Amino acid sequence: MQNNASAGSFTAVHDHHGEAHVAHNPALLHHFAAPQQQRDAASLGMWVFLATEVMFFGGLFCSYLIYRRWYFSDFAAASKTINMYLGATNTGVLICSSLTVVLAVWAAQTARRALLVGMLVITMLLGLVFLGIKGVEYREKFEEHHVPGASFSFDHVEIPGHPGQFANPRHAQIFFTLYFVMTGLHALHMIIGLGIFTWLLIMAWKGRFTPEWHTPVEIGGLYWHFVDIVWIYLFPLLYLIDRH
Amino acid sequence: MSMATAIPQPTSPPAAERENYLNKEYGVWSWLLTTDHKRIALLYLLSITFFFFIGGFFALLIRLELLTPAGDLVQADTYNKLFTMHGMVMVFFFLIPSIPAVLGNFLVPLMVGAKDLAFPRINLLSWYLYIIGGVMMLHCMFTGGVDTGWTFYAPFSTSFTNTNIVEAGLAIFVAGFSSILTGLNFVVTIHRMRAPGMTWSRLPLFIWAHYATSIIQLLGTPVIAVTIVLVAAERALHLGIFDPKLGGDPVLFQHLFWFYSHPAVYIMILPSMGVVTEIIACFSRKRIFGYHFVALSSIAIAVFGFLVWAHHMFVAGISVYSALVFSFLSYAVALPSAIKVFNWTATLYKGSIHYDAPMLYAFGFLGLFTIGGLTGLFLAALGIDVHVTDTYFVVAHFHYIMVGGAVMGYLGGMHFWWPKISGRLYPEGWARLAALIVFLGFNLTFFPQFLLGYMGMPRRYYDYSHMPEFQILNVLSTAGATILGVGYLLPMVYFLWSMRYGKPASDNPWNAAGLEWKTASPPPTFNFDQEPVVTWEAYNYEELDAPHNEEVPVAK
Amino acid sequence: MLNNFPLWPQQASTLAHRVDALYIFLLIVTGMMALLIFVLLVYFAARYRHRPGVRAEQIEGSTALEITWSAIPFFIFMAIFVWGAVVYFKERTPPADSTEVYVVAKQWMWKVEHAEGQREINELHVPVGRDVKLIMTSQDVIHSFYIPAFRIKQDVLPGRYTVEWFRATKSGVYHLFCAEYCGTQHSGMVGSIIVQEPAEYEAWINGGSTGPLSANGEKIFAELGCATCHRSDTQGRGPNLEGVFGKPVQLEDGRTVTADENYLRECILDPGAKRVKGFQPIMPTFQGLVSEEQVNALVAYIKSISPVRPADSAKTNARLLRPRDQTSEPARERTNGSQVQ
Repeated sequence: MQNNASAGSFTAVHDHHGEAHVAHNPALLHHFAAPQQQRDAASLGMWVFLATEVMFFGGLFCSYLIYRRWYFSDFAAASKTINMYLGATNTGVLICSSLTVVLAVWAAQTARRALLVGMLVITMLLGLVFLGIKGVEYREKFEEHHVPGASFSFDHVEIPGHPGQFANPRHAQIFFTLYFVMTGLHALHMIIGLGIFTWLLIMAWKGRFTPEWHTPVEIGGLYWHFVDIVWIYLFPLLYLIDRH
Repeated sequence: MSMATAIPQPTSPPAAERENYLNKEYGVWSWLLTTDHKRIALLYLLSITFFFFIGGFFALLIRLELLTPAGDLVQADTYNKLFTMHGMVMVFFFLIPSIPAVLGNFLVPLMVGAKDLAFPRINLLSWYLYIIGGVMMLHCMFTGGVDTGWTFYAPFSTSFTNTNIVEAGLAIFVAGFSSILTGLNFVVTIHRMRAPGMTWSRLPLFIWAHYATSIIQLLGTPVIAVTIVLVAAERALHLGIFDPKLGGDPVLFQHLFWFYSHPAVYIMILPSMGVVTEIIACFSRKRIFGYHFVALSSIAIAVFGFLVWAHHMFVAGISVYSALVFSFLSYAVALPSAIKVFNWTATLYKGSIHYDAPMLYAFGFLGLFTIGGLTGLFLAALGIDVHVTDTYFVVAHFHYIMVGGAVMGYLGGMHFWWPKISGRLYPEGWARLAALIVFLGFNLTFFPQFLLGYMGMPRRYYDYSHMPEFQILNVLSTAGATILGVGYLLPMVYFLWSMRYGKPASDNPWNAAGLEWKTASPPPTFNFDQEPVVTWEAYNYEELDAPHNEEVPVAK
Repeated sequence: MLNNFPLWPQQASTLAHRVDALYIFLLIVTGMMALLIFVLLVYFAARYRHRPGVRAEQIEGSTALEITWSAIPFFIFMAIFVWGAVVYFKERTPPADSTEVYVVAKQWMWKVEHAEGQREINELHVPVGRDVKLIMTSQDVIHSFYIPAFRIKQDVLPGRYTVEWFRATKSGVYHLFCAEYCGTQHSGMVGSIIVQEPAEYEAWINGGSTGPLSANGEKIFAELGCATCHRSDTQGRGPNLEGVFGKPVQLEDGRTVTADENYLRECILDPGAKRVKGFQPIMPTFQGLVSEEQVNALVAYIKSISPVRPADSAKTNARLLRPRDQTSEPARERTNGSQVQ
């Protein structure tokens, strides 16, 4: 077309749908020019998505920090009633699971299929342990009537360090609301993570991952690390107020 | 230049008969399961047009009610639902997706020289999320709607209203996810899938604008998502985050809400600015004046846009010192927009200007956005804002920007790229008429509202029988609204008409710069026959109009 | 419809003139900027209209021009900002000796109570030339007290007090609007500000009332048994309230706060929150046992037993408004906030 002739040149770099097709990895999606581009896109995509997750949790963290500053003693009293040891155990569990994720990625990079499958399984088991412990904690709260709503009660709970002074139940309810929303959303992300890892496990079992292409493992791993990091912030903020 | 070209066309079969993304496959499923960004753009086009007319219908009812001071057309609760649903539908289901999801989806891969967006299946998912959110919102409307205002302030929304906030909130939540995924796709595509030779400085400013928009979509939308979660939780379980009776803080709601909703308005205007930049360059036949300044001003708007949210809260009970800071920052964010207006104007200087319909829309945008933006200066002034906030002054201000700005840009873009999208030419005469009608109707609708606002007419008032002196301006406004409605209906009619009866378009009927014009109209499914390699700067109109190319004479 | 076709609101307060001056300045400045742009647009569109054989001249840009048209608007913006800030500061700083009026907003009416005891619904009588400070709270949702003729507006929040003030300059009747959407009858929540000449106002305020607000408060103070603990000597189980208003108070947890309206209100409704140092936490809460109006009356009474009206209203309003605890818990200022050990 005359309009375009003078305005630049075309070079046949990659002939799509062409007969003389450059052989490529079957995992290379058609709209990408090269596997590296696809990998980079996937990786950037996951990082960008995690940025949105940071903002999502960020709104909650912000609200939490504001109320904690305003109602510090009541929050301290409420925080004391959640089980710090279970929380710490969960923190350890997640940190270990991040280690197994790192090992899984390494296994994929070095074509160690058995190790990859094993690490994925252990990661998921650790995730289940985490959720199990969370379930135990939630049940404890339910039994103590600390779940916000109609049956919430928080009478005559002493403020740590101030004998004779009792926490304001309404403020304590705010603590528990934020506790359940924050840990609940976190747990939801864990469950989604388990779903992702189930899929990774199936693919790994079938031997689909190679050193040249194991992008899903890498970006799945990124997601898992993120969920882990959110917990590492949640734990001290929620569990460790005013502990000596 | 016009459609009647004097340049002999190539001898290959007309584009409409060649295989392109429209005729590659037929059948409903080939559309509903497509991963082609161009088809997804059209899916979005249908959906957002649908919601535009729903929102517009509500607007019409509002203006009809306001013809008379008494509340005599509908009941108070109905009216309150009308302005709420008008706002929610227009903001979340029309304005925020509009340009990015239609023009952005269609053009971003083409403009950067890629075959598709980075994640085509996520693109399709984003449309389905939009539809799911839309269906939920429609259901909410049919089962009574919501009456909190689109801003759903607590504690009214959490503890007092009887309408279905949770459903509306969830609908917005889901639609918000759609917005996030679109932004994610654009950012990754622009970073990773530019064709060889397409450096950042060679990107069309439309891309820069969409990049900035995507940043806002990604970082802002999650905050309203979590706000909605908290509102829903509070409402369903009587918790106490925002309700003071339960220990909460209603002003915290406003902070969380506006932290997203202010940047959201930049999501609505930045893409439009990108469109206008492309149009002005093409129809002046020259490179945009100050390319780098325009590019960076888009980024500046995105960044500063996150720092000004509490200018919606100057009388909400924030401290004087907070108010001072936010007022100052609001002037800072006005500066990049002003810079753009100057650069666009300077582009016209020593240009060779053609008055085709897209350019008329661009001129309309320039006029109306200038007025809207300048009235923002009034609102940022603390002393004035106390008087005019929550009045029709604000309503006029944001409609000047969102309708006079964003929608004009959207329509201009639809006209400009219609040949590329459909392979057909729209009827130019009708298009120019529609542009004129929209411009006149718009000003008649919204200019009187500035006067109403300064006089003190509050917004969201169903009945103003205590202030009958406000009637005449309201009548003028309603008259304008009907004219505006006609202006919006016309393009729908003639675009549809053109799909069957319009003249087939050549690859580049405007002789415009940009990679999208280097492929067929409509493009083949994978956009380019060969991967482009870019060796020229953006807006290379000098080359395009070079003497041996014989600039197309204007057929007037 | 055409009889009454105003294009400008009346100016009936000292602030109105200031706001209008800034507004006119803005109209002129933005008008000039708009005119400049429009003239250029029209001129360029016509002058550089496409002509066959004439080509566009490619111009990259001009950094000098960019800087110029960034700097000049910036300085103009800063001028507007400063002027706006000055007006705002004045608007949010009630003068020290303002007459106080309590306002309680509820869906969908305004309940007004003068210090002298006069009560009004959807109306507010004030005299010309006197500084009037409104101390406002809401019983339910957020409302906003808007008087266009005075150019003032302030959101009225549940759970705390917010304040606005004005000095009327012209007698007459002016619109009062609710300006924050509050439900079904939001547009019905309108009323009148009736500005009277001083003599007329005196007649009105003295004509038949239930007695001053503070006297009412004194009665409630006795009825609810407050005097049992809050005696006028140092023997009471609660702090002596004489002279307490406006003074700094040392709290049990080490902080010092100023006893303003919001603090007094909080003490009545959530006594444990800011317990005074040296006293046991035995005061019961009166939340649910007193109405907003009764709280206002009590606050007025406690203010009346302080020797001097403190000049800290300005400080109160300028301070960061803080969270509220419950129903009527108002904002209070915290001089520090941290209880971190």
